[in-house]
Amino acid sequence: MTNSDAFISIRDVGKSFGHFRAIDNVSIDIRHGEFFSLLGASGCGKTTLLRMLAGLESVTTGEIFINNQAMSDVPPHHRPVNMVFQNYAIFPHLNVAKNIGYGLRKLKLTRAKQDEMVDEMLDLMQLTGYGNRRANQLSGGQRQRIALARALILKPKVLLLDEPLGALDKQLREQMQIELRRLQRSIGITFVFVTHDQEEALTLSDRIAVMSSGKVLQVDTPAALYEGPQTRDVASFIGNMNFLEARVIGPVHGHVRLDVQGIGMLEVPAQGAGLAEGDAVCVAIRPEKLTLHEIAPTGSDAAVQGTVELTSYLGERSHFHVRVPGCETAIAVSSQNNRIQHAGTSTEGRPVWMTWEKDALIVLEGKVL
Amino acid sequence: MKGTYIKQPNRTLQIYACLFLFVLYLPVLFIPLFSFNDSIYVRFPMQGFTFNWYVNLWTRDSVWAVLANSIKVGFWVSIVSTALGIVLARAITRYRLPGQSAIIMFAMLPLVVPGIIFGVALMVLVNRLDIPLSLYTVGLGHLIICLPFAIATLLPRFEGFDRSVEEASADLGENGWWTFWRITFPMVAPGIVASLLLTFTISFDEFIMTFFLSGTDTTLPIYIWTQLRFPREFPTVLAMSSIILALSFVLVFIALWIGRMGIVREHTQETKQGV
Repeated sequence: MTNSDAFISIRDVGKSFGHFRAIDNVSIDIRHGEFFSLLGASGCGKTTLLRMLAGLESVTTGEIFINNQAMSDVPPHHRPVNMVFQNYAIFPHLNVAKNIGYGLRKLKLTRAKQDEMVDEMLDLMQLTGYGNRRANQLSGGQRQRIALARALILKPKVLLLDEPLGALDKQLREQMQIELRRLQRSIGITFVFVTHDQEEALTLSDRIAVMSSGKVLQVDTPAALYEGPQTRDVASFIGNMNFLEARVIGPVHGHVRLDVQGIGMLEVPAQGAGLAEGDAVCVAIRPEKLTLHEIAPTGSDAAVQGTVELTSYLGERSHFHVRVPGCETAIAVSSQNNRIQHAGTSTEGRPVWMTWEKDALIVLEGKVL
Repeated sequence: MKGTYIKQPNRTLQIYACLFLFVLYLPVLFIPLFSFNDSIYVRFPMQGFTFNWYVNLWTRDSVWAVLANSIKVGFWVSIVSTALGIVLARAITRYRLPGQSAIIMFAMLPLVVPGIIFGVALMVLVNRLDIPLSLYTVGLGHLIICLPFAIATLLPRFEGFDRSVEEASADLGENGWWTFWRITFPMVAPGIVASLLLTFTISFDEFIMTFFLSGTDTTLPIYIWTQLRFPREFPTVLAMSSIILALSFVLVFIALWIGRMGIVREHTQETKQGV
């Protein structure tokens, strides 16, 4: 991506708390109108980065640009961003309408105009008639919508969301995810969304930055992240993944020949150009990209035989752990239960064959951990 | 079944508590009792019921003058000590100060340092600096006594304060000054009111500091003390003491009630948030 279509540009940003590097030389470009997620386990620095965008934390090194304006010397109350806090930070001494209209004081509007804007927001958030309620009389989902309304009423260029759905129960969370997505589409402002829930990030985002220990591992669309992780950390953080140890034997006309543990010789498209003979690599494949066969498939060049060790029935799909001779860990296979699964036909202990599409294999540098 | 022994009512402890309170307040109760006694001598049997001492009190200009002094000093002392307490409580809870616990300890020290030591020390200092003894020096002494109470009342309010609320205000476009007035101040207001009432009461009742630091203008407790030399005045002093006692009780009770009210409100809200 070029600099010109970046609305938020995070340039070589670092943040230290004493000797602790919370953010380590991060550079991200976020486009205008994009739903961008920062995804990572707790403590990876995603919230710190978000707070730096809001101006609530200073930048130790580097610079953040929003709309081509350097933000280092801009205090939080002058930044064109608004934030939805993790605990919502609703003002407990104010009622719902005053919470939502909090930021309007500086706009020097008439009383009537302010009330009109607040009412509009209440309607948008399906909180009509709740204006005089106290914040502590409301449910988690309603408080979340107040926090959202309070930020959106100021028509920010960027909305920052710090795990806003974390405190909600599953059903409400899914409902709010849909609402958030619809809202973002309809008002067209840039959302920067922090979450540790990979499913949530995949569902909502246009693009995701996967973070770990203060670094950005990969920035990509949900599909690209899932199908083509560039490092093993990303591959294991997003979804489930089988990792197999492998060694590079050598290049074979545009392909790389690998000796894969438990499978044998394989030829894969040369993705990583830097692979040299003798390098230890790992081959990754998603459980659902593997197909199980009860009889040996004919005509397929790559089929691996194993024994079913464990079966878990999950309703719409089943998980199998297949033990393959020569592999240290069992290989996970997931298959859709397209047909009715009859009880009693346990497959455990039975021999099976696994096949896969050629492009389902991902070659990653480094050894299996 | 009555549940565990922890939840069972404990008769012995109940009796002890009642006895404790009775012994604690018995001497004090004699004051209002004898203030209605129709005799200048405090002794049984009591003579008869009278409001004379209260009426007598009403007609004395000197009483009104010292009462005005006491209120004046109490008013300013409560405001200044609460203001200083707010700043200190804010600094302690908001910023990581080096030697924070030492600061709190020294701020609380006047609670345990005998008032007479502070009083004498201040008197010597004031004399050395050639500052005439007046209600201002009295106020200064009261300030030292009142500050720990202000801090002790305000600190829990500031400690329970969720910082993200202030951050939200900054994020919504308000600078530090407006954030303080629109968010911080209203949220800690119950603590501030409690601190004002408490410090006023303490200043109003303060004797030792006032004794060392007052000039010709003095406050109510000193006036009461000087009146004790005249036996004929004693019942009037009792009447006055009764009024002070009643007002002190009411003020402290209100202070505690307001202080607790805010905390209870916040607590219920937090539990709801947790669900």
